[in-house]
Amino acid sequence: MQQHYPLFYTFHFYFFGVVAIASALAFVTRKSPVAAALWLVNTMFSLSAIFVLLDAQFIGVMQVLVYAGAIMVVFLFVIMLLNLGHPSEIADTRGKWPVFAASLIGIVMLSMIMSISRGRIAADFQVPVGFAAQQMEKYGAVGTVARPLFNEYLLAFELTSVLLLVAIAGAVVLGRRKTADAR
Amino acid sequence: MLAESLALSAVLFTIGVVGVLTRRNAIIIFMCVELMLNAVNLTFVAFSRFYGAEGQVFVVFVMTVAAAEAAVGLAIIIAIFRHRQTVNLQDINLLKG
Repeated sequence: MQQHYPLFYTFHFYFFGVVAIASALAFVTRKSPVAAALWLVNTMFSLSAIFVLLDAQFIGVMQVLVYAGAIMVVFLFVIMLLNLGHPSEIADTRGKWPVFAASLIGIVMLSMIMSISRGRIAADFQVPVGFAAQQMEKYGAVGTVARPLFNEYLLAFELTSVLLLVAIAGAVVLGRRKTADAR
Repeated sequence: MLAESLALSAVLFTIGVVGVLTRRNAIIIFMCVELMLNAVNLTFVAFSRFYGAEGQVFVVFVMTVAAAEAAVGLAIIIAIFRHRQTVNLQDINLLKG
């Protein structure tokens, strides 16, 4: 289990971890929705760097393209479309007591998740050291994800396309402006 | 690195939860949910690094569901905004039109 990591690796892991946490904190405390969205994009970029450090290059690229590139742009579009800049929208966080209670809930939850994540997993579930790099050499970064996706999880993959179709239809129906004759 | 990744993921998830509980702007609450999904993705990737590549497949599914959820959710927010001229969740507390 105990694996030696070069200093370069450890430094970058901690660096991007700290950047991710700092920008997430900035994200929840910013008043302006646009600033919050941009801090969230920063969090996603540092998470994608961490994905690359964890030998998931394809997922790192998807994180930048899909999350930071597509989903957050949709969010920014909606923020600008609704023009959420005026003062009544900006005064946004709740009062003192709800924030205090929420922080308390957050601390309790954090300690719960931490204690769960320290649980032991049987050693025979674990793949040998260097397995990820070996897979990468054999199938490439995309093949590592694509092989299980199109073999064991093919049905789930097809169902996902149905889900996307339903979501598109739902978004169009909800976003349609009602005309007088359509009522 | 597994323990560090899980700790980072736990911290990000908790920040997302606290954001959902403390903010009132529906769009920011929605972005907090995206942050929580991202934290879960980090858990999947960290486990896939040490316990086989299937975790990355689940990350792909989570991303797809997040995209679908963002599309539908933002459409709902736009519909509410057209109706009530606000996205402040304290002003939207009645389940009638």
